[in-house]
Amino acid sequence: MIIGQYIEDGVNWLTDNFSGMFDAINTGMSSLIQVIESVWIGLPFYVTIALFTGLALWKAGRKNAILTLVGLVFIYFTGFWEETMQTFSLVLASAIIALAIGIPLGIWSAKNKTANSIIRPILDFMQTMPAFVYLIPAVLFFGLGTVPGAFATIIFAMPPVVRLTSLGIQQVPEDIVEATKAFGATPRQLLVKVQLPLAMPTILAGVNQTIMMSLSMVVIASMIGAKGLGEIVLQGISQLRIGLGFESGLAVVLLAIILDRITQNLGNKQKNE
Amino acid sequence: MEKIKIEKLSLVFGKGKSKALKMLDQGKTKAEILEATGCNVAVRDANLTINEGEIFVIMGLSGSGKSTLLRCINRLIEPTTGKIFINDEEITRMSDKELLNIRRTELAMVFQHFGLLPHRTVLSNVAFGLELQGIDRAERDKKAEETIELVGLKGYENQKVSELSGGMQQRVGLARGLANTPEVLLMDEAFSALDPLIRSQMQDELLLLQEKMQKTILFITHDLEEAIKLGDRIAIMKDGVIVQVGNSEEIITNPADDYVKSFVENVDRSKIVTAGTILFKKPKLARLKKDGPAVVLRTMRDIGVTSLPVVRTNRTFLGFVKIEDVVELKKKEIKTIESIIRDSVMTVNPDATVEDMLPLLSKTNLPIPVVNEDNHLLGLVTPTSLIAETTGKDKEEINEIIQKAIEL
Repeated sequence: MIIGQYIEDGVNWLTDNFSGMFDAINTGMSSLIQVIESVWIGLPFYVTIALFTGLALWKAGRKNAILTLVGLVFIYFTGFWEETMQTFSLVLASAIIALAIGIPLGIWSAKNKTANSIIRPILDFMQTMPAFVYLIPAVLFFGLGTVPGAFATIIFAMPPVVRLTSLGIQQVPEDIVEATKAFGATPRQLLVKVQLPLAMPTILAGVNQTIMMSLSMVVIASMIGAKGLGEIVLQGISQLRIGLGFESGLAVVLLAIILDRITQNLGNKQKNE
Repeated sequence: MEKIKIEKLSLVFGKGKSKALKMLDQGKTKAEILEATGCNVAVRDANLTINEGEIFVIMGLSGSGKSTLLRCINRLIEPTTGKIFINDEEITRMSDKELLNIRRTELAMVFQHFGLLPHRTVLSNVAFGLELQGIDRAERDKKAEETIELVGLKGYENQKVSELSGGMQQRVGLARGLANTPEVLLMDEAFSALDPLIRSQMQDELLLLQEKMQKTILFITHDLEEAIKLGDRIAIMKDGVIVQVGNSEEIITNPADDYVKSFVENVDRSKIVTAGTILFKKPKLARLKKDGPAVVLRTMRDIGVTSLPVVRTNRTFLGFVKIEDVVELKKKEIKTIESIIRDSVMTVNPDATVEDMLPLLSKTNLPIPVVNEDNHLLGLVTPTSLIAETTGKDKEEINEIIQKAIEL
């Protein structure tokens, strides 16, 4: 009980003393989300579908392109197009921020033992804590709405990309690293020219994981007022409307599959059968 | 001219190095130091001088500290104490920036497991060192292409290195090293991961390249045959200590201790031991103008031989005289031996190996005369000593065998 008390005090102290900072973050994040949202909701649905299908065709092959096309058309006909785009925008915004923080953290923890020994337990904590728990401080910091949803999502979705970036860099064979040093590479050249390119498949696996986890969290985040498909799911639960719940749930699943197939193959140069 | 100098270099791994160094100074053994401090002595008091343009081989078994010593030279591993100089500049005192610069321009390295970038093409791997120096693309590609041609990889420029065989990959590794036009090549077991046929081929090519380039090459190997084939000079390491330095012949004919001896035992000596080493230096001679048949005959009887080499007073070799001819001459009371010299004799120079000389034995039962470029007689190689070198038996045994053969 005492630990709970401390954490409550701590969070209260943060909200009291750093409200200016949280406000600033709030404004920044909400404008980022709004910009992304206005793009995706503003685009006519057929343009969006064409864009996604094209990307899938380019990166993931013909089979996945057909899957993408069929999936998105299906979503359009369920009538949840706008909600889907809201969810997607929130995923995109959260994932961008999570990656922007997570990849540098991963690099740092691969290069620095002390950093690694601090970051690792924090990641364990972040990954095992039930996802719903992040919603509470998010609400306290940012109130209800989309931004706290994004905040909780970022925290929940960041660990895989940190871990896999770090792992990828550590897995670069020692003899290649040694050879690079022997030819007079600076630490920066070593990172940019050797470690990151060789770690790229692993890092991209982390990116994929982070995006997938963002999606699952964004749905949960509708409990604190994040917009999108989660709202409909929540409606379905609270009003016990199985049909509505399934329809919106199915849209989430389809969006997940499409995002997974595309991001899984981001590393491939091109894939045309 | 000396290129690299290593002075009193020691390397200790582990905590409590200062105590370990003190014990090193006191002459304690590796095992004693390990027990007392937990430190592992990888290299101990190494002193070496490597000359410009030579292939210097450091040979030793795994764990002998040879690769560690090599990495001290470009400071991939920092030596605990001691100094290393290149062109009289002290590498061990260089700042990070100077060190980067010397790694980029003067010390290139070739690795056992190649250490190539699998996501890049042959061309961009070879150009990698130049890329790190910040040389623009057109220039570095041009230079890389030249080097690729040098190592015989022309036509493979745009292949990914992961698609090449081991031998080809190591050519890329070699080309990458050479593209920087370094003065020194550090080769760490460069051919050890290759299969024997390819390895031997690469050794030949390295020697051929070296003839053109005249780089200073420091080559690490655990294979004595390789060391002998490539090395102008060889250093042998054991437990972090350099036990012997010398050319291959010195090491084979005069091993410093039992450890070196045990290595040398299995080597095919006939390719390494030369006439200069096994010749008999002061043979009895017949001097053309001075010695008449009577003197020659007496000398032959004194030392119990049936032939003598004939020289002018300045030791120019002329041929042999045989006992039966001398006896004949004496009967005819001719005073000079000029008329009976048999001059159709094959001579060898001091660099001829035992292998070169063995075929000569079948044509003659005379000793083989060793002469210098002015045709001055340096000494004789007897058939007995030749056989001794090839078989490893000692001379008395061979004489016994020959005796028995004659009796039969």
